[in-house]
Amino acid sequence: MTTADLALHGSPHAPPRGLMRWLTTTNHKDIGTMYLVFSLVMFFVGGAMILLVRAELFQPGMQMMQPELFNQLIGVHALVMIFMALMPAATGFANWMIPLMIGAPDMALPRLNNWSFWLLPPAAALLLMPFALALFGVGSGAIATGWTFYAPLSVQDGMGLDFAILAIHLLGISSVMGSINIVVTVFNLRAPGMTFMKLPLFVWGWLITAFMLIAVIPVLAGAVTMLLTDRHFGTHFFNAAGGGDPILFQHLFWFFGHPEVYIVLFPVWGLTPHILSAFARKPVYGYRAQVYAFWVIGILSVIVWGHHIMTSGMSTGALLYFMYSTMSISLPLSVLFFCWIATIWRGAMTFEAPMLFALGMIVLFGIGGLTGLVLADAAADAQYHHSYFVVAHFHYTLFAGGIMGIMAGVYFWLPKMTGHMIDEILAKWHFWLTAIAFNLTFLPQFFVGLAGMPRRVPDYALQFAEFNMLSSIGAFVLGAAQLLFLIVVVKCIRGGPPAPAKVWEGAEGLEWTVPSPPPHHTFQTRPVIGE
Amino acid sequence: MSETEQGYYVPDSSPYPALLAGGMFVLALGFALQINDEPVGRWFMIAAAALIGYVLFGWFGSVIAENQAGRFLRWEDRSFRWGMAWFIASEVMFFAAFFGTLFYLRNISVPELGETQLIWPGYRGTWPTSGPAGQPFTPMAAWGIPALNTLILLSSAVSVTWAHWGLLKQRRAQLIGGLALTIALGCLFLGFQAYEYHHAYTEMGLNLGAGVYGATFFMLTGFHGLHVTIGAIGLAAVLGRAIKGHFTPDNHFGFEGVAWYWHFVDVVWLMLFVFVYWM
Repeated sequence: MTTADLALHGSPHAPPRGLMRWLTTTNHKDIGTMYLVFSLVMFFVGGAMILLVRAELFQPGMQMMQPELFNQLIGVHALVMIFMALMPAATGFANWMIPLMIGAPDMALPRLNNWSFWLLPPAAALLLMPFALALFGVGSGAIATGWTFYAPLSVQDGMGLDFAILAIHLLGISSVMGSINIVVTVFNLRAPGMTFMKLPLFVWGWLITAFMLIAVIPVLAGAVTMLLTDRHFGTHFFNAAGGGDPILFQHLFWFFGHPEVYIVLFPVWGLTPHILSAFARKPVYGYRAQVYAFWVIGILSVIVWGHHIMTSGMSTGALLYFMYSTMSISLPLSVLFFCWIATIWRGAMTFEAPMLFALGMIVLFGIGGLTGLVLADAAADAQYHHSYFVVAHFHYTLFAGGIMGIMAGVYFWLPKMTGHMIDEILAKWHFWLTAIAFNLTFLPQFFVGLAGMPRRVPDYALQFAEFNMLSSIGAFVLGAAQLLFLIVVVKCIRGGPPAPAKVWEGAEGLEWTVPSPPPHHTFQTRPVIGE
Repeated sequence: MSETEQGYYVPDSSPYPALLAGGMFVLALGFALQINDEPVGRWFMIAAAALIGYVLFGWFGSVIAENQAGRFLRWEDRSFRWGMAWFIASEVMFFAAFFGTLFYLRNISVPELGETQLIWPGYRGTWPTSGPAGQPFTPMAAWGIPALNTLILLSSAVSVTWAHWGLLKQRRAQLIGGLALTIALGCLFLGFQAYEYHHAYTEMGLNLGAGVYGATFFMLTGFHGLHVTIGAIGLAAVLGRAIKGHFTPDNHFGFEGVAWYWHFVDVVWLMLFVFVYWM
């Protein structure tokens, strides 16, 4: 491109329309919207898969599908929900809100930003394609090892695993590039006067998330690369005959996998105080304490991975180390909890949908956190490991802590993004149905897990029948309730009462000073933040 | 114009990011088919490589053109610098995964295999090893070609810094000469490594399948070699720009980004030399 050419293109002119607008955009709001829409679509894809699983588990015995397909569905459900529903939703919020919150004109590296997004649909296609290929007689279906793809099972699995490895590579590049963009934006594009200790907590949460992603995603990339060479190029990283060790894979995987929990949850923990403060009409309590707690959890997150594999075999010293270090995370996490509670303490609270979801998140995620403490106990974990107790535990953290928190954020910020208020009544119905159905689904799983039902089985002993039936009924109600979510979102995009710039009367921050919806480009001249 | 009044440069719509993602999708798909004995995969890979090559030229080309047109001032320059720094940080963690694997295997899994004696009685569990069921092989000695390669890469770090001084002091010939020398040293390094690989495969019984020694040796040195190749391509691009008269003492992030990357690759090699070849 010549200089004259560039001068032509560089001049402000109308952006491309239709599909080309979305394919070529460099605008943080457009890209944020694409992330959120992609996340919503994949949320329903992953949800549909697990409803098939719950239908199979409705009764003991095999009714609907072969165990091979069952195994594929649970693994792909997890990968879709974690990598393609939760993480993109959080990244979508980051794209939309971080520039608005820190007074930046856009993300620091706008084209890189678009690349990060457009890597996601190809990754989803790669992950899901083996289902379709199997119908044409190519391969044996998608990844069938569960989302953790432990060696040596994963060394023997069919071609679906190769597709999953390459999907993970694309997702990883997307996450790392997205994280670099966020870190650079926060470091370099803060408005004058927006010092680090004035950053909104959502930005802080995301900044530390981005650090964690940059630290651990490359390790996952390395691990799956070694898995790929073990599968196809004759290496012996995870094969004892060549001096390797399958447990090595577990260490590498969980070095990524444990921080991943916080990667998914930090953006939610960052946005929670915004919502609590807005609807309790009080300032955030303990801002500094929460920032320090983020730092401490972020650092601890990369040194506690062993608690996921306590039963795989490690020395007593290592067991004790991983047990105590894991339990120590409950201290900074309690700081966050108490700050949230102190924020709403004696506040003039109202219970709009975002507030309901935020409060529901706190209560239910609290159960997830406490059961995590139980699992961290090396002696007790030997009983609970690989049981439904674990399934219940991580759904209380990842669904209640993650997805319900994301939904709180959607209801909180959607009026800002669309310029229309949400349908409060439907949204409240959505909350109550979700909260009740969620507990109906997962509370029984604690009990069947304690009674000894292993996870990842398509069939189970008769004694677990009633609780599994309850669980399946809960899951279908939970799935149906999410259709309400879809209706509220679509209604809000298409119309509704106009939203003022400051959508919620108690909300504080730069993002509430721009109109709803904000113009395509905001803060082209930098705002100055006072004391 | 002072920086506070100056707007940040937000580029117009660009087709390259989505094209690159599409190219990577086709590449990944082709690769997955190829390794599963579907020969159609290779045509996907060739097409994808062409597309990715086109995108790299176009995307970097437009960034360079924007820079030459004066769109990037100090504020944008800082974004590039932070971006490159964090990218290198992620690369450090990528290599950390393989080094961690090496340390785990050498210090934990291989000695434990030697202690167990259940399945493979008589296995000693000492390093280097191709494992209890592996074939005999000769480990790579440190003080031949690898030591020479260390010298070559360290010299190239000096020559790229010398080129940088030339750039800062506006001595164009020194910049161009230093860059050319650095690229030549990089290619020499790669040539020696190719020779070493050939030797290992044909005469030493050392290959990817030679147990964990072979696996860690080739994965670590192979990914390093790949990074040297990428760095050399980056240096070649910077050399081309230097010949065209780009870069000024206060605007040469393109040069510095590649130079940082080159130093990073150099440090990784020192780690490799110590932990893979020597100790």
